Amino acid sequence: MAVEAGLKIELGKQGVFVTTIEELYNWGRRSSIWPMQFGLACCAIEMIATTMARYDLARFGAEVFRPSPRQADLMIISGTVTKKMAPQVVRLYNQMAEPKYVIAMGACAISGGPFKQGYNVLKGIDRYIPVDVHIPGCPPRPESLLHAFMTLQKKIDGQPLTGEGRPRHLDAEAQSEFPVPVQGAHDLEPTSNPGVWPVPITIK
Amino acid sequence: MKTVEEIKAAIEEGVPGAGVEIVPNPSVSGQHSLRLAPSHAFAMATFLRDDPELALDFLSNSTGVDWPDKEVAEKVKVTRTVTKTVDGAKQQVEETVEETRKHTVPGCLEAVYHLFSIAKKHGPVIIRMKTVNRTDQVQLPSLTPVWRSAEFQEREIFDLFGIIFTGHPDLRRLLMWDEFKDHPMRRDYVEPDDFEYEPTAHDEVLKRAQEQRAKLSAAVTGQEGAGA
Repeated sequence: MAVEAGLKIELGKQGVFVTTIEELYNWGRRSSIWPMQFGLACCAIEMIATTMARYDLARFGAEVFRPSPRQADLMIISGTVTKKMAPQVVRLYNQMAEPKYVIAMGACAISGGPFKQGYNVLKGIDRYIPVDVHIPGCPPRPESLLHAFMTLQKKIDGQPLTGEGRPRHLDAEAQSEFPVPVQGAHDLEPTSNPGVWPVPITIK
Repeated sequence: MKTVEEIKAAIEEGVPGAGVEIVPNPSVSGQHSLRLAPSHAFAMATFLRDDPELALDFLSNSTGVDWPDKEVAEKVKVTRTVTKTVDGAKQQVEETVEETRKHTVPGCLEAVYHLFSIAKKHGPVIIRMKTVNRTDQVQLPSLTPVWRSAEFQEREIFDLFGIIFTGHPDLRRLLMWDEFKDHPMRRDYVEPDDFEYEPTAHDEVLKRAQEQRAKLSAAVTGQEGAGA
C-alpha cells in the first residue's frame, strides 16, 4: 500500500507530498518515545550519559523522561532486577498506557548477568513482561542504547495498523497487563510467566 | 594500643563478672579477638566505648559467621573381654581394641564487630558473640544502643544469618522481602531450584539440567495424557 519510493521523490520535486496514514502515524509514534524515568543499577548511569549533550538522545525525540508511568511509552530496564524489586517493575509496566515498549538494557536485565547464580536476582525481566529489544553489555555503552532506540524505531515503523502484527493498543484482544509475581517464603511465585516466557525444554 | 590481653584485663577490672575469652588468630596478621559472654556483652561494649584509654568510639563493620554442626570422629581405646579359642580351649581374654566414636559438636551463630577509635587513632579491636545454638536459641544483645552504626548491619545479620538481636530498635529484614523465610548466608541454605538455562551446561549445572529436563518432560507428557 505504501507509495513507490521513486514516484514519491518525483512528486516531491513538483511540490506534492504523498504519504499514507500508517506511515504518518508510525512516524509520529517513533519520533516521540518517552521513556520512564527510573534506573535500577549501574546501567542507569550509562542511560543518563546517553541523555546528556555528548550522546544527545534528544535527536531521537526521546529526551523527555517521564517520572510517571502514565505518561511514558518506553520502559528501559537499566540494571539488575532483584527478586525484591521485580513485582514493582511489573506493576509499573502494568500502569503504563499503551502503546508501550520495553528495552532490557545490559546483561542483568537480560539474564541476571554476573548475578545469575544468586538467590536474590531475577534471571531476566523477560520472564514476566514482553521485551522488545535486548542489548548485551555490562554495562552497554551509550552507543548501544542509541542502537536499541533505532532498532525500536524500526520495529515501530514496521508495524501495520490493521491485521496481524498490529500494535497491541489497536488490538482489543491483546493482553496489556501481566500478572505481578508474589514474594513467597522462598522465591517469587510463580518463578516465570509461561504466557510471556515459555520454559525451554530442549536441552542438549 | 593495648594488646588483647591488656584489654581483657581492663574489661575484667571495669565490668565485674564479665566473661571474656581471647580467640587467638594464628595467621601472620595476628588479629586476636575477644569473645564476650552475651549476658554481660552490653556492659562490656559500653565500657570499651567509654573507657578513656580505649575510647573505641567507631564501629566500622559487623558481620555474622555460621558454624554448622560438626561431626567429630574420635579414636578411643577400649578394653573388653572376648571369648577366644586359645590352644584348642575356649578362654576369656582381655583385649584392647581401638574404637571410632562419632559425636556431633553442636554449631552456633556468631556476630563479629570491628571497633576503631577515632579519638585515639587506634584499632581494630575485634569482639565476637556466640549464640547457644543455630535453631531456637539465637538471641544476642544488640549493640546498636552503644554504636549507632550497628543498626543496619545488625538488621543485615538478622536477615542473612537469623541472629535475633534483643534490644534492637527496628529489627526487620534489610535486603530480602518481609515474607522471606530463609537465611541465605547460612551454610545449610538451599536455593530455590531454578535451573540455569545454559547452552554449555557442565558438571553440577548439567546434573541439575538433566533433572529439570526429566521433571519438565514428565509434566508435559502428563498434561498431554490428561488432555487426550
